Amino acid sequence: MSAQSERQNTVEHHDTDDHDDAGAHHGSFKDYLIGFFLSAVLTAIPFWIVIYDVFRNPMVGAVVILIFAFVQIVVHMVYFLHLNSKSEGGWTVLALIFTSILVVITLAGSLWVMSHLDANMMPMSPAHMRSMP
Amino acid sequence: MTAHPGTADTAAKIVPQDVPAHASAGGTEAPVFYETKEHHAESSTMLGFWIYLMSDALIFAVLFATYGVLGRNYAAGPSPADLFDLPLIALNTALLLFSSITYGVAMLEVEKRRMGLTLFWLGVTGLFGLGFLGIELYEFHHLIEQGAGPQRSAFLSAFFALVGTHGLHVTFGIIWLVTLMFQLPKRGFIPENRRRLLCLGMFWHFLDVIWIGVFTFVYLMGVLLA
Repeated sequence: MSAQSERQNTVEHHDTDDHDDAGAHHGSFKDYLIGFFLSAVLTAIPFWIVIYDVFRNPMVGAVVILIFAFVQIVVHMVYFLHLNSKSEGGWTVLALIFTSILVVITLAGSLWVMSHLDANMMPMSPAHMRSMP
Repeated sequence: MTAHPGTADTAAKIVPQDVPAHASAGGTEAPVFYETKEHHAESSTMLGFWIYLMSDALIFAVLFATYGVLGRNYAAGPSPADLFDLPLIALNTALLLFSSITYGVAMLEVEKRRMGLTLFWLGVTGLFGLGFLGIELYEFHHLIEQGAGPQRSAFLSAFFALVGTHGLHVTFGIIWLVTLMFQLPKRGFIPENRRRLLCLGMFWHFLDVIWIGVFTFVYLMGVLLA
Protein backbone atom coordinates (compact mmCIF):
# COMPACT_ATOMS: atom_id res chain seq x y z
CA MET A 1 0.00 0.00 0.00
CA SER A 2 2.35 2.64 -1.19
CA ALA A 3 -0.43 5.17 -1.74
CA GLN A 4 -1.51 4.78 1.88
CA SER A 5 1.96 5.34 3.30
CA GLU A 6 2.41 8.32 1.02
CA ARG A 7 -0.74 9.84 2.48
CA GLN A 8 0.52 9.15 5.96
CA ASN A 9 3.73 10.97 5.13
CA THR A 10 1.83 13.95 3.84
CA VAL A 11 -0.09 14.16 7.08
CA GLU A 12 3.03 13.85 9.20
CA HIS A 13 4.74 16.50 7.15
CA HIS A 14 1.90 18.90 7.80
CA ASP A 15 1.91 18.10 11.49
CA THR A 16 5.57 18.85 12.03
CA ASP A 17 5.57 21.86 9.76
CA ASP A 18 4.01 24.35 12.14
CA HIS A 19 4.83 27.43 10.13
CA ASP A 20 2.38 27.50 7.29
CA ASP A 21 3.83 30.63 5.74
CA ALA A 22 4.68 28.89 2.45
CA GLY A 23 8.36 27.93 2.29
CA ALA A 24 8.82 29.92 -0.89
CA HIS A 25 9.28 33.14 1.09
CA HIS A 26 12.33 32.01 3.02
CA GLY A 27 15.87 32.14 1.83
CA SER A 28 19.00 30.69 3.32
CA PHE A 29 21.90 32.71 4.66
CA LYS A 30 23.83 31.71 1.56
CA ASP A 31 21.10 33.21 -0.64
CA TYR A 32 21.30 36.53 1.19
CA LEU A 33 25.09 36.52 1.01
CA ILE A 34 25.14 35.81 -2.75
CA GLY A 35 22.51 38.51 -3.29
CA PHE A 36 24.48 40.98 -1.18
CA PHE A 37 27.79 40.45 -3.00
CA LEU A 38 26.17 40.57 -6.44
CA SER A 39 24.32 43.78 -5.48
CA ALA A 40 27.47 45.37 -4.06
CA VAL A 41 29.37 44.69 -7.31
CA LEU A 42 26.45 45.73 -9.50
CA THR A 43 26.18 49.00 -7.54
CA ALA A 44 29.90 49.79 -7.36
CA ILE A 45 30.54 49.47 -11.11
CA PRO A 46 27.92 52.04 -12.23
CA PHE A 47 29.16 54.54 -9.61
CA TRP A 48 32.73 53.94 -10.79
CA ILE A 49 31.65 54.45 -14.44
CA VAL A 50 30.03 57.81 -13.68
CA ILE A 51 32.46 59.22 -11.11
CA TYR A 52 35.57 58.41 -13.19
CA ASP A 53 33.94 59.12 -16.58
CA VAL A 54 34.95 55.74 -17.95
CA PHE A 55 33.15 56.04 -21.29
CA ARG A 56 33.98 58.91 -23.62
CA ASN A 57 30.44 58.87 -24.99
CA PRO A 58 28.00 59.51 -22.12
CA MET A 59 25.16 57.78 -24.00
CA VAL A 60 27.14 54.52 -23.96
CA GLY A 61 27.70 54.95 -20.22
CA ALA A 62 23.98 55.59 -19.70
CA VAL A 63 22.99 52.40 -21.53
CA VAL A 64 25.59 50.38 -19.59
CA ILE A 65 24.43 51.62 -16.16
CA LEU A 66 20.78 50.97 -17.12
CA ILE A 67 21.71 47.37 -17.94
CA PHE A 68 23.48 47.09 -14.56
CA ALA A 69 20.36 48.44 -12.83
CA PHE A 70 18.15 45.93 -14.61
CA VAL A 71 20.40 43.02 -13.64
CA GLN A 72 20.52 44.21 -10.03
CA ILE A 73 16.72 44.42 -9.88
CA VAL A 74 16.54 40.79 -11.04
CA VAL A 75 19.16 39.82 -8.40
CA HIS A 76 17.08 41.50 -5.66
CA MET A 77 13.89 39.82 -6.85
CA VAL A 78 15.51 36.38 -6.80
CA TYR A 79 17.76 36.51 -3.73
CA PHE A 80 15.94 38.95 -1.42
CA LEU A 81 12.28 38.70 -2.42
CA HIS A 82 12.70 34.94 -3.15
CA LEU A 83 10.58 35.21 -6.23
CA ASN A 84 10.20 32.06 -8.28
CA SER A 85 7.65 30.75 -10.71
CA LYS A 86 6.27 28.35 -8.10
CA SER A 87 5.49 30.76 -5.23
CA GLU A 88 1.73 31.27 -4.79
CA GLY A 89 1.10 28.99 -7.76
CA GLY A 90 2.73 31.42 -10.16
CA TRP A 91 0.46 34.38 -9.33
CA THR A 92 3.24 36.56 -7.97
CA VAL A 93 5.25 36.18 -11.17
CA LEU A 94 2.14 36.82 -13.26
CA ALA A 95 1.42 40.02 -11.29
CA LEU A 96 5.05 41.06 -11.70
CA ILE A 97 4.98 40.50 -15.47
CA PHE A 98 1.75 42.47 -15.77
CA THR A 99 3.20 45.31 -13.69
CA SER A 100 6.42 45.32 -15.71
CA ILE A 101 4.44 45.67 -18.94
CA LEU A 102 2.52 48.63 -17.48
CA VAL A 103 5.75 50.22 -16.22
CA VAL A 104 7.39 49.90 -19.64
CA ILE A 105 4.31 51.36 -21.39
CA THR A 106 4.14 54.25 -18.89
CA LEU A 107 7.84 55.11 -19.07
CA ALA A 108 8.51 54.54 -22.76
CA GLY A 109 5.18 56.08 -23.76
CA SER A 110 5.65 59.24 -21.66
CA LEU A 111 9.22 59.81 -22.82
CA TRP A 112 8.38 59.12 -26.46
CA VAL A 113 5.22 61.24 -26.65
CA MET A 114 6.66 64.15 -24.67
CA SER A 115 9.92 64.26 -26.65
CA HIS A 116 7.91 64.45 -29.90
CA LEU A 117 5.71 67.14 -28.41
CA ASP A 118 8.82 69.04 -27.41
CA ALA A 119 10.35 68.67 -30.90
CA ASN A 120 7.15 69.91 -32.57
CA MET A 121 6.79 73.02 -30.41
CA MET A 122 7.19 76.31 -32.23
CA PRO A 123 10.73 77.56 -31.67
CA MET A 124 10.89 80.57 -29.41
CA SER A 125 13.33 83.43 -29.58
CA PRO A 126 14.87 84.87 -26.42
CA ALA A 127 12.81 88.01 -27.04
CA HIS A 128 9.60 85.95 -26.94
CA MET A 129 10.84 84.20 -23.81
CA ARG A 130 11.35 87.50 -22.00
CA SER A 131 7.84 88.70 -22.79
CA MET A 132 6.30 85.49 -21.44
CA PRO A 133 3.90 85.89 -18.54
CA MET B 1 -22.83 3.33 -2.92
CA THR B 2 -22.06 1.79 -6.24
CA ALA B 3 -19.95 4.65 -7.56
CA HIS B 4 -16.83 3.59 -9.40
CA PRO B 5 -13.50 3.69 -7.52
CA GLY B 6 -12.36 7.08 -8.88
CA THR B 7 -15.28 9.10 -7.56
CA ALA B 8 -15.43 7.20 -4.28
CA ASP B 9 -11.85 8.11 -3.62
CA THR B 10 -12.32 11.82 -4.24
CA ALA B 11 -15.51 11.81 -2.18
CA ALA B 12 -13.62 10.23 0.71
CA LYS B 13 -11.36 13.25 0.94
CA ILE B 14 -14.24 15.67 1.25
CA VAL B 15 -16.82 13.86 3.42
CA PRO B 16 -15.06 10.75 4.71
CA GLN B 17 -17.50 9.94 7.50
CA ASP B 18 -20.46 9.62 5.12
CA VAL B 19 -18.77 7.26 2.72
CA PRO B 20 -17.98 3.73 3.84
CA ALA B 21 -14.32 2.85 3.49
CA HIS B 22 -13.52 1.60 0.04
CA ALA B 23 -12.50 -2.02 -0.21
CA SER B 24 -9.05 -1.17 -1.49
CA ALA B 25 -8.48 1.70 0.98
CA GLY B 26 -7.72 -0.60 3.92
CA GLY B 27 -10.98 -1.48 5.73
CA THR B 28 -10.96 -0.07 9.28
CA GLU B 29 -8.41 2.70 8.58
CA ALA B 30 -9.45 6.10 9.92
CA PRO B 31 -10.25 8.72 7.28
CA VAL B 32 -7.15 10.56 6.12
CA PHE B 33 -7.29 14.27 5.38
CA TYR B 34 -4.86 15.83 3.00
CA GLU B 35 -5.35 19.26 4.51
CA THR B 36 -4.95 19.19 8.26
CA LYS B 37 -4.81 22.95 8.61
CA GLU B 38 -6.27 25.97 6.97
CA HIS B 39 -3.38 27.65 5.17
CA HIS B 40 -5.36 29.58 2.73
CA ALA B 41 -5.77 32.78 4.74
CA GLU B 42 -2.05 33.30 5.34
CA SER B 43 -1.03 32.47 1.81
CA SER B 44 -3.56 34.88 0.35
CA THR B 45 -2.26 37.65 2.63
CA MET B 46 1.18 37.29 1.09
CA LEU B 47 -0.23 37.37 -2.44
CA GLY B 48 -2.39 40.36 -1.57
CA PHE B 49 0.58 42.19 -0.13
CA TRP B 50 2.58 41.40 -3.24
CA ILE B 51 -0.19 42.90 -5.38
CA TYR B 52 -0.12 46.00 -3.15
CA LEU B 53 3.64 46.25 -3.82
CA MET B 54 3.01 45.97 -7.56
CA SER B 55 0.49 48.84 -7.39
CA ASP B 56 3.06 50.81 -5.41
CA ALA B 57 5.52 50.09 -8.23
CA LEU B 58 3.04 51.72 -10.61
CA ILE B 59 2.99 54.87 -8.45
CA PHE B 60 6.77 54.99 -8.69
CA ALA B 61 6.61 54.30 -12.45
CA VAL B 62 4.46 57.41 -12.89
CA LEU B 63 6.87 59.48 -10.77
CA PHE B 64 9.83 58.11 -12.78
CA ALA B 65 8.03 59.01 -16.02
CA THR B 66 7.40 62.54 -14.69
CA TYR B 67 11.06 62.87 -13.81
CA GLY B 68 12.05 61.47 -17.22
CA VAL B 69 9.94 64.08 -19.00
CA LEU B 70 10.78 67.08 -16.80
CA GLY B 71 14.27 66.14 -15.64
CA ARG B 72 16.02 68.35 -18.23
CA ASN B 73 13.95 71.48 -17.65
CA TYR B 74 16.26 73.47 -15.39
CA ALA B 75 14.60 76.89 -15.95
CA ALA B 76 18.12 78.38 -16.08
CA GLY B 77 18.68 76.92 -12.64
CA PRO B 78 21.13 74.31 -11.34
CA SER B 79 21.51 70.95 -13.13
CA PRO B 80 22.12 67.52 -11.55
CA ALA B 81 25.87 67.86 -12.11
CA ASP B 82 25.86 71.08 -10.03
CA LEU B 83 23.81 69.61 -7.19
CA PHE B 84 24.35 65.89 -6.67
CA ASP B 85 27.13 64.63 -4.44
CA LEU B 86 27.71 61.11 -5.78
CA PRO B 87 29.92 59.76 -2.93
CA LEU B 88 27.11 60.70 -0.52
CA ILE B 89 24.59 58.88 -2.71
CA ALA B 90 26.92 55.85 -2.84
CA LEU B 91 27.01 55.85 0.98
CA ASN B 92 23.21 56.06 1.08
CA THR B 93 22.92 53.17 -1.36
CA ALA B 94 25.29 51.11 0.77
CA LEU B 95 23.23 51.82 3.92
CA LEU B 96 20.03 50.65 2.24
CA LEU B 97 21.73 47.52 0.88
CA PHE B 98 23.14 46.70 4.34
CA SER B 99 19.68 47.16 5.85
CA SER B 100 18.30 44.68 3.30
CA ILE B 101 20.75 41.97 4.26
CA THR B 102 20.36 42.57 8.02
CA TYR B 103 16.61 42.21 7.59
CA GLY B 104 17.26 38.90 5.85
CA VAL B 105 19.41 37.78 8.79
CA ALA B 106 16.63 38.80 11.19
CA MET B 107 14.18 36.62 9.24
CA LEU B 108 16.59 33.67 9.52
CA GLU B 109 16.64 34.19 13.31
CA VAL B 110 12.83 34.24 13.27
CA GLU B 111 12.91 30.78 11.70
CA LYS B 112 15.17 29.62 14.53
CA ARG B 113 12.81 31.27 17.04
CA ARG B 114 15.58 33.27 18.73
CA MET B 115 13.95 36.38 20.10
CA GLY B 116 17.05 38.27 21.26
CA LEU B 117 18.93 37.95 17.98
CA THR B 118 15.80 38.70 15.95
CA LEU B 119 15.30 41.95 17.84
CA PHE B 120 18.99 42.78 17.53
CA TRP B 121 19.01 42.41 13.72
CA LEU B 122 15.71 44.23 13.37
CA GLY B 123 17.24 47.04 15.42
CA VAL B 124 20.33 47.12 13.18
CA THR B 125 18.04 47.26 10.14
CA GLY B 126 16.17 50.17 11.68
CA LEU B 127 19.43 52.02 12.39
CA PHE B 128 20.58 51.60 8.77
CA GLY B 129 17.17 52.84 7.67
CA LEU B 130 17.48 55.86 9.96
CA GLY B 131 20.98 56.54 8.62
CA PHE B 132 19.59 56.49 5.09
CA LEU B 133 16.80 58.89 6.02
CA GLY B 134 19.22 61.16 7.88
CA ILE B 135 21.50 61.50 4.85
CA GLU B 136 18.51 62.08 2.58
CA LEU B 137 17.13 64.80 4.85
CA TYR B 138 20.60 66.37 5.05
CA GLU B 139 20.73 66.37 1.24
CA PHE B 140 17.25 67.90 0.91
CA HIS B 141 18.08 70.55 3.51
CA HIS B 142 21.33 71.34 1.73
CA LEU B 143 19.54 71.70 -1.64
CA ILE B 144 16.80 73.93 -0.26
CA GLU B 145 19.39 76.06 1.53
CA GLN B 146 21.19 76.60 -1.80
CA GLY B 147 17.94 77.83 -3.33
CA ALA B 148 17.41 74.54 -5.18
CA GLY B 149 14.09 73.69 -3.55
CA PRO B 150 11.16 72.00 -5.29
CA GLN B 151 9.81 75.34 -6.57
CA ARG B 152 13.03 76.27 -8.39
CA SER B 153 12.49 74.33 -11.64
CA ALA B 154 10.48 71.47 -13.14
CA PHE B 155 13.55 69.26 -12.75
CA LEU B 156 13.69 69.92 -9.01
CA SER B 157 9.91 69.52 -8.56
CA ALA B 158 10.07 66.10 -10.20
CA PHE B 159 13.20 65.20 -8.23
CA PHE B 160 11.68 66.06 -4.84
CA ALA B 161 8.41 64.29 -5.72
CA LEU B 162 10.16 61.04 -6.70
CA VAL B 163 12.93 60.89 -4.08
CA GLY B 164 10.62 62.31 -1.40
CA THR B 165 7.99 59.62 -2.03
CA HIS B 166 10.67 56.95 -1.67
CA GLY B 167 11.90 58.56 1.55
CA LEU B 168 8.34 58.66 2.86
CA HIS B 169 8.03 54.92 2.20
CA VAL B 170 11.24 54.30 4.13
CA THR B 171 9.87 56.41 7.00
CA PHE B 172 6.70 54.32 7.19
CA GLY B 173 8.79 51.17 6.92
CA ILE B 174 10.77 52.24 9.99
CA ILE B 175 7.57 53.04 11.93
CA TRP B 176 6.26 49.57 11.03
CA LEU B 177 9.58 48.02 12.07
CA VAL B 178 9.55 49.72 15.49
CA THR B 179 5.92 48.65 16.00
CA LEU B 180 6.87 45.03 15.34
CA MET B 181 9.87 45.31 17.66
CA PHE B 182 7.41 46.09 20.46
CA GLN B 183 4.82 43.55 19.37
CA LEU B 184 7.27 40.67 18.96
CA PRO B 185 8.54 40.36 22.57
CA LYS B 186 5.01 40.89 23.86
CA ARG B 187 3.18 38.27 21.79
CA GLY B 188 6.06 35.97 20.76
CA PHE B 189 6.53 34.25 17.41
CA ILE B 190 2.82 33.73 16.82
CA PRO B 191 1.73 33.13 13.20
CA GLU B 192 0.32 36.67 12.98
CA ASN B 193 3.63 38.22 13.95
CA ARG B 194 5.55 36.00 11.54
CA ARG B 195 3.16 36.99 8.77
CA ARG B 196 3.69 40.67 9.61
CA LEU B 197 7.45 40.20 9.55
CA LEU B 198 7.25 38.53 6.14
CA CYS B 199 5.14 41.41 4.78
CA LEU B 200 7.50 44.04 6.19
CA GLY B 201 10.42 42.12 4.71
CA MET B 202 8.85 42.21 1.25
CA PHE B 203 8.13 45.93 1.70
CA TRP B 204 11.70 46.65 2.81
CA HIS B 205 13.35 44.70 -0.03
CA PHE B 206 10.93 46.31 -2.47
CA LEU B 207 12.07 49.78 -1.36
CA ASP B 208 15.64 48.73 -2.06
CA VAL B 209 14.56 47.69 -5.57
CA ILE B 210 12.97 51.11 -6.14
CA TRP B 211 16.16 52.75 -4.87
CA ILE B 212 18.15 50.95 -7.60
CA GLY B 213 15.97 52.80 -10.11
CA VAL B 214 16.40 56.10 -8.25
CA PHE B 215 20.18 56.09 -7.97
CA THR B 216 20.60 54.90 -11.57
CA PHE B 217 17.97 56.97 -13.33
CA VAL B 218 18.06 60.15 -11.24
CA TYR B 219 21.54 60.50 -9.75
CA LEU B 220 23.93 58.60 -12.04
CA MET B 221 22.23 59.38 -15.36
CA GLY B 222 21.54 62.93 -14.19
CA VAL B 223 25.23 63.58 -13.59
CA LEU B 224 26.34 61.63 -16.67
CA LEU B 225 24.06 63.34 -19.19
CA ALA B 226 23.83 66.81 -17.68
